[in-house]
Amino acid sequence: MTGTVAMKPDRLSQRLLPVASVLLAVLLLWYFAAVGLNAAGAVERVLAPNGAYTTGELIASTLNMQRPVLPSPHQVVADLYRSLVDWPLDSPRNLLYHAGVTAQSTLVGFVLGTLLGIVLAAAIVHSRTLDRALLPWIVASQTVPVLAIAPIVLVILGSLGFEGVAPKATIAMYLCFFPVTVAMVQGLRAPQRIETELMHTYAASRLQTFWLLRLPSALPFLFPSLRVGIAAGVVGAMVAELPTGAQAGLGARLLTGSYYGNTVGIWSALVMSALLGAGLTAAVAGVERLVLRRGSAG
Amino acid sequence: MSGRRAIGCGVWLLVAAFGAALLWRWLPEPGAQAGPGPLLACAALLLLAGRSVQQVAALDGRRWQALATAALFGLWVVYFWQVGVMLFDVPRVLLPAPSLIGSMLVERWDTLAADFVQTVLKAVLIGWALGSGLGFAVGVAIDRAPFLQRGLLPLANLTSTVPLVAVAPIAVMWFGFDWQSKAAVVVLMTFFPMLVATLAGLQAAGKLERELMHSYAAGYTRTLLDLRLPAAMPFLFSALKINATLALIGAIVAEFFGSPTVGLGFRISTEAARMNMALVWGAIVVAAATGSLAYALLVLLERRVAFWHPSIRAE
Repeated sequence: MTGTVAMKPDRLSQRLLPVASVLLAVLLLWYFAAVGLNAAGAVERVLAPNGAYTTGELIASTLNMQRPVLPSPHQVVADLYRSLVDWPLDSPRNLLYHAGVTAQSTLVGFVLGTLLGIVLAAAIVHSRTLDRALLPWIVASQTVPVLAIAPIVLVILGSLGFEGVAPKATIAMYLCFFPVTVAMVQGLRAPQRIETELMHTYAASRLQTFWLLRLPSALPFLFPSLRVGIAAGVVGAMVAELPTGAQAGLGARLLTGSYYGNTVGIWSALVMSALLGAGLTAAVAGVERLVLRRGSAG
Repeated sequence: MSGRRAIGCGVWLLVAAFGAALLWRWLPEPGAQAGPGPLLACAALLLLAGRSVQQVAALDGRRWQALATAALFGLWVVYFWQVGVMLFDVPRVLLPAPSLIGSMLVERWDTLAADFVQTVLKAVLIGWALGSGLGFAVGVAIDRAPFLQRGLLPLANLTSTVPLVAVAPIAVMWFGFDWQSKAAVVVLMTFFPMLVATLAGLQAAGKLERELMHSYAAGYTRTLLDLRLPAAMPFLFSALKINATLALIGAIVAEFFGSPTVGLGFRISTEAARMNMALVWGAIVVAAATGSLAYALLVLLERRVAFWHPSIRAE
C-alpha cells in the first residue's frame, strides 16, 4: 500500500503534464481557428473599410466579435461567468438554472430507470420464460436508436396531460434502463456454480441467495452501466427539451441560441452540458468507489 | 421425454393460435363499443399466450429454440397490440395499430426511402466511415508517442460522458442544413470511441508474440501489420458496432435541430408535431431495422476477420 502512496505524486505529474499540454494545444488551435473563421466577417462588418487596419486590429476584433462564427474561448468563459455571477440562481439567464432543470429530469429518470432495470434483471434471472422471451429483445434494442422514440413519448404523455418533468424523465428513464438491465443480468449470473451450491448447502432461500450472493457480485457490473446510463440520460433529457417548446433546460437553451444566432450562448450552453454530463458521471463514479471499497473492506 | 414435451408444446401453440384466430373474427367493427364478451376472451387468450410462451421457453434447447421463444413473444406482442387498439378503440394519436403502421410503410415507402437515403446513406454512412477512419488513423499515428497517448486518452474517455450531440446547432450553422452538418456531428461522435478502442487494441498483442516477431527481425511496420493490427481487430469491431448505433442516434437527433425537408429525424419530429403517428412509427421501424441490420453485418464481418478469437471459436 505504501508503495502506491509514494508513487502518487510522480504518477500525477506523469499523467497531468500530457493532459495539460494536449489541452493547451486544443486551446491554441481554437484561437487560431477563431481568427481564421471570423476574419471574413470582421473585415466586412467591424474593421475600417479599404484595408485600413493592422493585423493586430484584425486579430483583436476576430476574437471579440458580437456574433462570431466561432467564439474565442475567453468569450465563452466570460459569458459563462457573467451568467453565473450576474444573475440570481432562479433567473432564466443563469445557466446553472438551466443545468439544474436538465439535471432534475435526468436524475429522476435515472433513479426510476435503474430501479426498473434491476427489478427486471432480477425477474429475468429467476424466470426462464422471461429470460428467453424478453432478454433477446432488450439486447437487440441496444443496436437500435431508441432515442428516436423520444418525440412519440412526448406526444403520448402530452396528450395524456403530463407536463413538466414527467415526459423528460420518462425519456431519460428508458435510455438508462436498457444498459442497466443487460449489465445486471450479466452480473446476477456472475456467481460461480460452486458459490450458489454453497448457499444451497447453507439452506439459504432464494431471497437470501439473491441478497447475500447475487446482488453483491453484480455490483461491479452495475456501476459501469450506471455511468453509461446517466450519460445517456443527460442526452435524453436534453433531446426531450427540444420539441416541447420548453423554456428551461440546456436543450431549450441550445435551441433558442440557434434560433437567434447567439453563437456565444450556444457555446456556453454546450460547455455547461459537458460539465453537467461529466459531473453527473463523476458523481456516479464516486458512489461506485465508496460502495465497492466498503464492500471489499467488509 | 423431450419428445412428449415438444408435442405438448405444439398442442399449446395450436390451441393458442386457434384462439387468436377466433378472437380476431369476434372483434367489433371499427368505432363500435366492445361488449364484455371480447374483453373476457381477450383476457383468456392473454393467459393462453403466456402459457404458450412458457411452454416453448421450457424446451431445453439449442440456439434456435431460444430465438423461437423471443420470436413467439414478439409475435404475441404485435398481436395484442393490434387487438388492444381495436378493442379499446385507442385513438391513432396515442398508439396506431401495427396494421396501420404497416400500411403506412407500404403507402409512403417512397417518402421513407428518400429519408433513408438522406439520413442513412449520406449522413450516417459517410460520417461513420470518416469518424471511425479518423479515430483509427490518429490511434495508429500516436502509437509511437506515449506522451500524446497519455494526454489524449483521458480526454477521449471523458467525451463519452459528454452529450456530444449537442454540437448539432453549431454544425448546422457551419455546414448548412443538408447532410454535411449531420455527418459532421456523426464524425465527432464516432471519433473518440474508435480512438480509445484503437489505442487499447494496439496494446492487446501479448509479450510473447511481440518477442517472437522481434526474433524474426521484424521491424515496427511488419509487427504492426502482421501482429498488432490483427490482434486489435476485436477491439476495432466492438468500436465499429458501438459507432453504428451512435451514428444513427447522432444523425437523427441532429436533424431535430434543423434539416432540409427530408430525413428520418426530420420525418419523426415534423410528423409527430402533426400527430401523424403512424408515419412516425414507420420512420422508427426503418431506423430500427437499419440499426439491427448494420449490427448484424458487422458481426458477420467480424467472424470472417477475427475468426481466431476465443469468443468466436467457442461457438
